Amino acid sequence: MALDNATVQQKVAEKFGEAVKDFTEPYDMLTFEVDRDKAIELMQFLRDDDILRFNFLTTMCGIHFPDNEVERQFAVMYQMHNWLDNTRVRFKAFLNGENPEVESATRLFNSANWMEREAFDFYGIIFKGHPDLKRILNMDEMVSFPMRKEFPLEDQGRTDKDDRYFGRFPANSAEVGSVTPGGNR
Amino acid sequence: MAEIIGNNQKVELQPSEQGYNGPGFQLTSLDKIVGLARSKSLWPLPFATSCCGIEFMATMGANYDLARFGSERPSFSPRQADMLLVMGTIAKKMGPVLRQVYEQMAEPRWVIAVGACACSGGVFDTYSVLQGIDKIIPVDVYVPGCPPRPEQILDGVMKLQELVQNEQYSRRESPEYKALLASYGINVN
Repeated sequence: MALDNATVQQKVAEKFGEAVKDFTEPYDMLTFEVDRDKAIELMQFLRDDDILRFNFLTTMCGIHFPDNEVERQFAVMYQMHNWLDNTRVRFKAFLNGENPEVESATRLFNSANWMEREAFDFYGIIFKGHPDLKRILNMDEMVSFPMRKEFPLEDQGRTDKDDRYFGRFPANSAEVGSVTPGGNR
Repeated sequence: MAEIIGNNQKVELQPSEQGYNGPGFQLTSLDKIVGLARSKSLWPLPFATSCCGIEFMATMGANYDLARFGSERPSFSPRQADMLLVMGTIAKKMGPVLRQVYEQMAEPRWVIAVGACACSGGVFDTYSVLQGIDKIIPVDVYVPGCPPRPEQILDGVMKLQELVQNEQYSRRESPEYKALLASYGINVN
């Protein structure tokens, strides 16, 4: 008998009570929010419970919400998959904007190692207990966390590209003529 | 006057391009003869990271046949190569690798930047992509295009041949050249 979303929701809510909330089912995939302190405990429960059996960490990533209140400016999203019943689940934990920290999932899934390094690389999220938390995709010398929205997408070192020819104008300026030729932004 | 060989009346020996020549001898300057020799045997080192590399494969193939220009042997070791062809987007993380490849090439060495990405970063105006390889190594010929056709790459190689032919023999020892390398922070041996 396949595992259905209602069972998962009921078991998770029973075990974690107030720590889990906002259950929805976009595209039939059970999605909910968990307190950041309980995220890894929840993951372990999902993996080890005899009925839930979410044995595979499909993916995880960081998310940035700069407009939220400080307590909810970052999030980590996890997706897990039960191979035996072919059921999936997604949950996110919101993190503090000034001190984005969450426990590492590496003790449960080795596959979390590189994914957490990626989330650290792009968002600066600190995974406590990660064995080797360093940049993975960007160059080591980089000082920014480029997927945070305060960092501009464009390379700031360019000298030969004039914004006017790329349809970009500096903020608060609609006047094409006011752009300095060769100016960056 | 070239002597006619055998029975084929149509064959003529190729007259020398430069200098002064007659039956059995040729006078020219060292610069020119060295330039001639170098330009007709540029061993390419393809450094292909994306779609421009595919165009280069066509250029090396039978239809376009880069070998006609003396580049028969692609050298996958930088130490035996004369002409570095950088084809494709170079991420900043790849920058030090490209630079090391360049540093391993023996003098004289030339560089062709093939395609918009290698020339200027192309459409990848983003934090992770090098905005043109001339930020880290000196470039002799730029081939624009996204990607350029094999004809354009051949044209780039022929432009480089022109440069090589007219290069002063002593250029690589000159203070200007050393200053150029120094401006890139490349060690001069």
